[in-house]
Amino acid sequence: MAKSALLKSSIAKKVAMALSGIFLMLFLAQHFFINMTSVFSADTFNSISHFMGNNPLVQYVIQPILILGVIFHFIMGIVLELKNRSARPISYAKNNGAANSSWSSRNMIITGAVIFAFLGVHFYDFWFPEMVYKYVDVNPLNEARYFHELVAKFESPVRTALYSVSFILLSLHLWHGFNSSMQSVGFNNKYSVALHKLGYVFAIVVPFGFIFIALFHHFNH
Amino acid sequence: MKLTLKIWRQKNAQDKGAMVDYQIDGIEPDMSFLEMLDVFNQDLMGKGGEPVAFDHDCREGICGMCSLYINGEAHGPDRGVTTCQLHMRMFKDGDTITIEPFRAAAFPVIKDLVVNRSAFDRIQHAGGFISVNTSGKTVDANAIPIKKEDADKAFDAASCIGCGACVATCKNSSAMLFVAAKVSQYALLPQGRLEATDRVLNMVAQMDAEGFGNCTNTGACEVECPKGISLENIARMNREYLSASLKG
Repeated sequence: MAKSALLKSSIAKKVAMALSGIFLMLFLAQHFFINMTSVFSADTFNSISHFMGNNPLVQYVIQPILILGVIFHFIMGIVLELKNRSARPISYAKNNGAANSSWSSRNMIITGAVIFAFLGVHFYDFWFPEMVYKYVDVNPLNEARYFHELVAKFESPVRTALYSVSFILLSLHLWHGFNSSMQSVGFNNKYSVALHKLGYVFAIVVPFGFIFIALFHHFNH
Repeated sequence: MKLTLKIWRQKNAQDKGAMVDYQIDGIEPDMSFLEMLDVFNQDLMGKGGEPVAFDHDCREGICGMCSLYINGEAHGPDRGVTTCQLHMRMFKDGDTITIEPFRAAAFPVIKDLVVNRSAFDRIQHAGGFISVNTSGKTVDANAIPIKKEDADKAFDAASCIGCGACVATCKNSSAMLFVAAKVSQYALLPQGRLEATDRVLNMVAQMDAEGFGNCTNTGACEVECPKGISLENIARMNREYLSASLKG
């Protein structure tokens, strides 16, 4: 089989979508654990953030891969959505999707688009100022700044609300995305029931944990 | 029972088609859905109308010929049944029932509620078989020991009747459940392993060429499948396809 045929196949696309999703979920998990330290210890949060922000492997290898992963996942999501819409040119006059599938599974493009828009806001809030601080203004290293920068951002009730709503959409995206990614890579066996439960726990704990962190700093600044 | 039927009418493949409202009376709860349509057509012809074309054959849930998207669901609101096994007791007197053809670019409408599902035939021709020497020296299938669990799973996959409810139900018009069932029924058996690599590659290539959408794992196909074909088959096909791609 020609490699070009593999890359064009529907299964290869869904596996690529799943693998990029799994990669983003792993990133999300580590982001969650690091941010959660800010609730318990400003010093720990500062130390980890300083490491992540200045380690060459993280900055120059993992960070670009992460950004490419997000862009790939988003573009592939749109490509698949357009292809899927073209597969049914005439819609049903009456379609009862709720009878056989979850809302989150049918609306991944909507929740995904909201998350992507949120990432724009999130980059504007944290990533761009960080890049300017380090690489444009070339400020001296300051390990103690991260916690205060985080808390300062969540003083705004508008930003806190915006983040919280976005995390609810993230939860809905993960509700389907976690288990869907496992199915796409071919994982469906006697352990799947337990894995499904883990997926639902992940889809609740991580996004609502992020909401908790945002609210915690909003009310404790 | 007195019912309002909203039925898709389309003269031929070129016609644009539209939903048309009809009234019908005297429907018994014990009638099957297709019997209701028979009575309806008889009544319509008596009034000089053109009967509604719809697919049917065995009328006992085996052949996979009957289709129909009824009130927003493939084969209607009941579970584990084809349209011929759906009974009017599932509806109430005074109900409005919307009846549409299975919708997919790969299943073009021929007339009214009849769609062309020969895309499934072409996928089968691409690899949904095993090459057996039929010259009289064929090895008895029972001579090859097969684990009970594998035999059961292969049988479950083989119970797919190719009705197309999975495609009709899927929001992406994906044929993954159908193709996965056909791939799985052979992938699990020693007789099927010999051609497993070519089979999955060729059947998936044909599936894609027919214009079906991509599977996004909503699971709707499994719920609406009259034979209860499991999503486990799709995961197996994904594995088969990836391993075949690496070999091929």
